[in-house]
Amino acid sequence: MNGEELLHVMAQEQERARRFRHHLHVCTGTACQALNSESIAQALEVAAKAQGKQGEVSVKCVGCPGLCSLGPLVEVHSFVNGDHERSLYQFVRPEDASEIISHLDGEPVERLVTPLDQPFFTRQLKIVLENCGEIDPERIEDYIARGGYQALMKVLTEMTPSEVIDEITRSGLRGRGGAGFPTGLKWATVAKADPRRYPTYVPPGIQSQKFVICNGDEGDPGAFMDRSVMEGDPHRVLEGMIIAGYAVGANQGYIYVRAEYPLAVKRLRTAIRQAQRAGLLGNNIAGTAFSFNIDIRLGAGAFVCGEETALIASIEGGRGLPRPRPPYPAEYGLWGCPTLINNVETLANIAPIINKGASWFASIGTAKSKGTKVFALTGQVKNTGLIEVPMGITLREIVFDIGGGIPNGHKFKAVQTGGPSGGCIPEQYLDTPVDYESLTALGSIMGSGGLIVMDDSTDMVEVARFFMDFCMEESCGKCIPCRAGTAQIHHILTKFQTGRATERDLKLLEELCDVVKHASLCGLGQSAPNPVLSTLRYFRHEYEAKLRRDGAGYGYANGAAKERVTHS
Amino acid sequence: MSVVTLTINGQDVSARDDATVLQAAREAGIHIPVLCYLEGLSAVGACRLCLVEVAGVNRLLPACTTRVQEGMEVHTDTPRLQTYRRHIIELLFAERNHVCAVCVANGNCELQSLAIEVGMDHVRYDYVFPSLGMDLTHERFGLDHNRCILCTRCVRACDEIEGAHTLDVLGRGAKARIVTDLNMPWGESPTCTSCGKCAMACPTGAIFKQGSTVAEMVHHPEKLAFLKTARERREWRV
Repeated sequence: MNGEELLHVMAQEQERARRFRHHLHVCTGTACQALNSESIAQALEVAAKAQGKQGEVSVKCVGCPGLCSLGPLVEVHSFVNGDHERSLYQFVRPEDASEIISHLDGEPVERLVTPLDQPFFTRQLKIVLENCGEIDPERIEDYIARGGYQALMKVLTEMTPSEVIDEITRSGLRGRGGAGFPTGLKWATVAKADPRRYPTYVPPGIQSQKFVICNGDEGDPGAFMDRSVMEGDPHRVLEGMIIAGYAVGANQGYIYVRAEYPLAVKRLRTAIRQAQRAGLLGNNIAGTAFSFNIDIRLGAGAFVCGEETALIASIEGGRGLPRPRPPYPAEYGLWGCPTLINNVETLANIAPIINKGASWFASIGTAKSKGTKVFALTGQVKNTGLIEVPMGITLREIVFDIGGGIPNGHKFKAVQTGGPSGGCIPEQYLDTPVDYESLTALGSIMGSGGLIVMDDSTDMVEVARFFMDFCMEESCGKCIPCRAGTAQIHHILTKFQTGRATERDLKLLEELCDVVKHASLCGLGQSAPNPVLSTLRYFRHEYEAKLRRDGAGYGYANGAAKERVTHS
Repeated sequence: MSVVTLTINGQDVSARDDATVLQAAREAGIHIPVLCYLEGLSAVGACRLCLVEVAGVNRLLPACTTRVQEGMEVHTDTPRLQTYRRHIIELLFAERNHVCAVCVANGNCELQSLAIEVGMDHVRYDYVFPSLGMDLTHERFGLDHNRCILCTRCVRACDEIEGAHTLDVLGRGAKARIVTDLNMPWGESPTCTSCGKCAMACPTGAIFKQGSTVAEMVHHPEKLAFLKTARERREWRV
């Protein structure tokens, strides 16, 4: 498919869409699908047919529109006399289908409708998620109708690889996986890297000297940003990867997805097949000399495989163990070749940057953090779900405006950002603008985008212990500070929770967190103490309140040996 | 091949530009403690004892995998590094059952020597005391998981020097342990050549010769480097 054909498909699709007066979008993201949303879509179609409206109603299964706590969601777009009217139905059941259909031409169903002008929707700015909830992720035509693959055409026909990298650099985009490394710089490094500098061991049959990897191994507890993008708009990810491959000179890409995301895997597979059939992926893309293939690799459930060197080891077929950097994967990556690894969300930002220009993207956000960030808002907050906000928004706006505040009359206590690698931020810092630097200054990290809100009933020591339990379970065991250190931190926190901790344990805990943070091999260990360190920084009184003051509690006399860390 | 100069602990050192900081330090007679590194085997940077401070780099770097650079300023023995090393050794002692008094490797143990070197007079952590088994099915060697520190020197020796890859690691985190083949008894392993290189490489008493008792197990880790230089460079230096 070349640029002309792409425009033709786009026009055809838009023409087809104009035939229907009502467009019903049924969310079939994982959360709504678990609530049986697919049968809602079927029921809506049956009801439309029964009421003789099949010619004017189109029912579409779409990706996640965001407000997961009110799911299953059905969004209605009505085009009556040239007006575009939208209404959103919450908690829809298949039985409601005929009522929804019969109200299409009148007022919306009162008991199901939820306002669209609430801050949850109005305060968001959607770039990455602009197609989620709008297109059918299993139809490439839907994506093309909304301007999909135009950026790829522009890149292949009008731009040189260095112009592409320049554009990304000028946009100020930074890696959305957590560390915030400038994406343009990473691309430029891979583009310049010499594939002959290190001995390579590429398996036969793979024709590429450089590689592009999409990191979809999203493992933080309570985070589902990448999943929603892969499920709701898989072609966007593919387009970003192909552009990245063109820019750095790679001909082979891999999407590394957790096997726990079966729907994302299924939709990505469908998307790859469709893109190949359309000639937008594979050999001689759009009739140009550039070829690029994408394969999917499934993660086997290890959190550490989200770390780039462990991810590479996993794709190579080895145990998912990280290795010391440098050399960075940009020079020495998959099978010894220069490799570009970007997060799903980073790659999903590429197409809009190419389409709308670097200066447009750079105009959003703060001085050093540009664009938007997708957050998975969870915990003790009224509206849970997926949100996309411009960088620089305050945490207070996210929690109280978009999130709707704390339910059940409780008070806000802390918000945890960055998952097990992040920290807890207390109320006095809620007005901090959200960007990479200010969150790091608060002892947390941007992370991949998990945001867990906690109310005043939360025990912060238990929060730290929960995350440490996760890190201890997920430590790969290669380096000693992480393997033995996280287990000991967890043990000391358990002593706090069972009333056996003394002043000595508190001191040892702080020392050990320092060791694990600075001596561990990879990002998992280096960031594992963050939940403990940040709660120690802001909620130290909670630790001190649990101390045993009588001096006893140390050693085995108090049953320490009985409740030791068990190896099974 | 070019040569670079750098300073280690204030001392001027010259090294080939493909050398690691550890090799440069060793040539200059500067001691850096290591556990997972063994000459002749690939470096994995796992034990974190050889971490050094490099001026201008805000994180600690493992000397065994970091290449030397012109003008590099390395410090190997700052108070901060000493603290970290002691913590790491203590963590190892607390993690499994390292009881020197009844260990075959007593007196010939790298972990024990390092504990003395870092001045570990007691362990501040609660001992975990896991009950891990032993594998005594092999006719010549035994594997005691209680004394294993998961340095994977045996795994690398088996794979890289002997080429058998009988040994590998199972599981992750604190539950990781060394296994033979697909977790079968060592004695039934069809791939093991009984070469004993794992026992040579082991820094502790985890892999030992059957029949040795307390303090009798002497390791010969230097023999692996000898084999490697002999095989690759035809240099039969002792």
